[in-house]
Amino acid sequence: MITIDAAGMHYKELNRLIREGIGKGIKKFFLENVNGQYYIGDGIKGDDVVININGIPGNDLGVFMDGPTLIVNNNAQDNIGNTMNAGKILIKGDAGDVVGYGMRGGKIYILGNAGYRVGIHMKGYNEQLPIIIIGGEVGSFFAEYMAGGIIVLLGLNDSDEFDSEYFASGMHGGTIYLRKKIDFSKYSKDVELYETDENDMNFLKKYLIDYADSFNIPSEEIMGKPFYKIVPSSARPYAHLYTSA
Amino acid sequence: MLRIKNKFNTERDISGCGLCGIINAKRVKTNGSDIKKAISIEHDRGNGLGGGFAVYGNYPDYAELYAFHIMYDNLPAKTDVEEYLKNNFIIEKEEPIPTFMTSKIYDHPYLHRYFIKPKSDRPDKLFHELGDDDFVVNSVMLINQNYDGAYVFSSGKNMGAFKGVGYPEDIADFYKLEEVEGYMWTAHNRFPTNTPGWWGGAHPFTLLDWSIVHNGEISSYGINKRYLEMYKYNLALRTDTEVITYILDLLIRRHKLPVRLALTVLASPFYQKIDKMNGDKKELFTALRQIYGSALLNGPFAIVFGYSNGMVAMNDRIKLRPLVAAAMGDFTYVASEEAAISAVCPSPDIVWSPKAGEPVIVEFEEKKIPQKGGLISL
Repeated sequence: MITIDAAGMHYKELNRLIREGIGKGIKKFFLENVNGQYYIGDGIKGDDVVININGIPGNDLGVFMDGPTLIVNNNAQDNIGNTMNAGKILIKGDAGDVVGYGMRGGKIYILGNAGYRVGIHMKGYNEQLPIIIIGGEVGSFFAEYMAGGIIVLLGLNDSDEFDSEYFASGMHGGTIYLRKKIDFSKYSKDVELYETDENDMNFLKKYLIDYADSFNIPSEEIMGKPFYKIVPSSARPYAHLYTSA
Repeated sequence: MLRIKNKFNTERDISGCGLCGIINAKRVKTNGSDIKKAISIEHDRGNGLGGGFAVYGNYPDYAELYAFHIMYDNLPAKTDVEEYLKNNFIIEKEEPIPTFMTSKIYDHPYLHRYFIKPKSDRPDKLFHELGDDDFVVNSVMLINQNYDGAYVFSSGKNMGAFKGVGYPEDIADFYKLEEVEGYMWTAHNRFPTNTPGWWGGAHPFTLLDWSIVHNGEISSYGINKRYLEMYKYNLALRTDTEVITYILDLLIRRHKLPVRLALTVLASPFYQKIDKMNGDKKELFTALRQIYGSALLNGPFAIVFGYSNGMVAMNDRIKLRPLVAAAMGDFTYVASEEAAISAVCPSPDIVWSPKAGEPVIVEFEEKKIPQKGGLISL
């Protein structure tokens, strides 16, 4: 275990200390007074490494990360989990824009809201199944160009409003689960809305319980409402953008 | 004297960039150390080729006079411009802008400031009756365009722009902004990628009391420029951000649009959204788009706009640049990154991300509580 006081520290130094620590076999990190340092956890490996972050981490948190767990006790900025490959990022506050950009594996759990373009270009292949679960609300361009993986939008504040525009535009793979029904015709032409069946819920259950445990909230609260499932209507939504069908 | 100047004729400003703004709605003044601290957190958003600050409320003793901050590349330029100023303005006070040698800023132009008002018997009265503001705008355009080596950094009342080539925290030291006090501050950290950074190309861009700091790229620059030239604005600084300042001057001061409407011209809702509006609102937004189509800004941007009554922070219509806001008592903070706000205000009352194209507006006097999300209610 190691505690690093990141007050006034440049991201290069902070990331060097983390990499050195991992190299020495340290499994548990506590980063204190973090404020805006970019690229925390950049490309690090180690399934049993846990990094606890106090303060606001800068952009590209967990970029290219391949195994470890990052726990953020505050809000976080943009580009969380950019091209992340494996591991887990927990955000106890809100997340900025472009969460999980091009993410190809691992989990990002956000207790609060997330910004614009969540899961843009997220992808999955065989056992690589990236998962993003958001507790609150999201901005526009949600799941834009999504190509694979799973995004779950819980809307735990149970607000009836859903004013995210350009929902899942260009989505051509993967699945979105919503914990509320929306008038889908208003939001997207590229995707279709279904009620979830038993198979869906069995699949989701383990992730929802993991999410609830991660934030110490009762899983019954999350699963007390029906879920809906959104899948792309086509694997090539823009096949005929420039040519006739 | 009439010749095309400014060799940086491909000036464009894209990518990177960081911005911050701090306003106290009750006009309580703070010195420049907070804004310096906030923008220094965004150090890596820039590359040392431009940093700058706008401050409001810093010249209370000369609040009724236009405060001209002028940069001179050479001393003959100063002699020529001063002759123009003496012929046309009453100069109450003039002095070098206080600067301080730092290890980081070693190469700089000559910087001078003038507290002036237009003469009532100035020569141009033979040809037209311009109001003072209009005459000041004409003078700024004339100096920027025609006086080689001279550029007006700012020309407003009780405000000023302090900018240059360097990281913003070093520019703050160069002008010793810890000793300057104001009730509103904006700051910029520049990352020019296509062209050289030069002193006149640093943000903020100002005219009269309007100041703009900008992160993004105005791809509609050509259209905006041609439109502004019809109204006799000279775009001499060759950078996209300049158009925003002049568009707002045109819309708000000359065409008398309320600030909020002027902002919807810059980031107009898409037609598909306007189509869903009702009655008067639909008619209004349709009219604005039709009349001011050439003032629409296309491309990604986040801006902080300062004016005599307050501050506005706004994104482009699809939020292609970051922007975070926070409020704590009478203070409102805006920045590209939440960490910049957190550095000077660790536990704000609220923190939020403004939605695309929906401005955060904070005005002085009657205190306004910033509301979450957009404020467009007509």
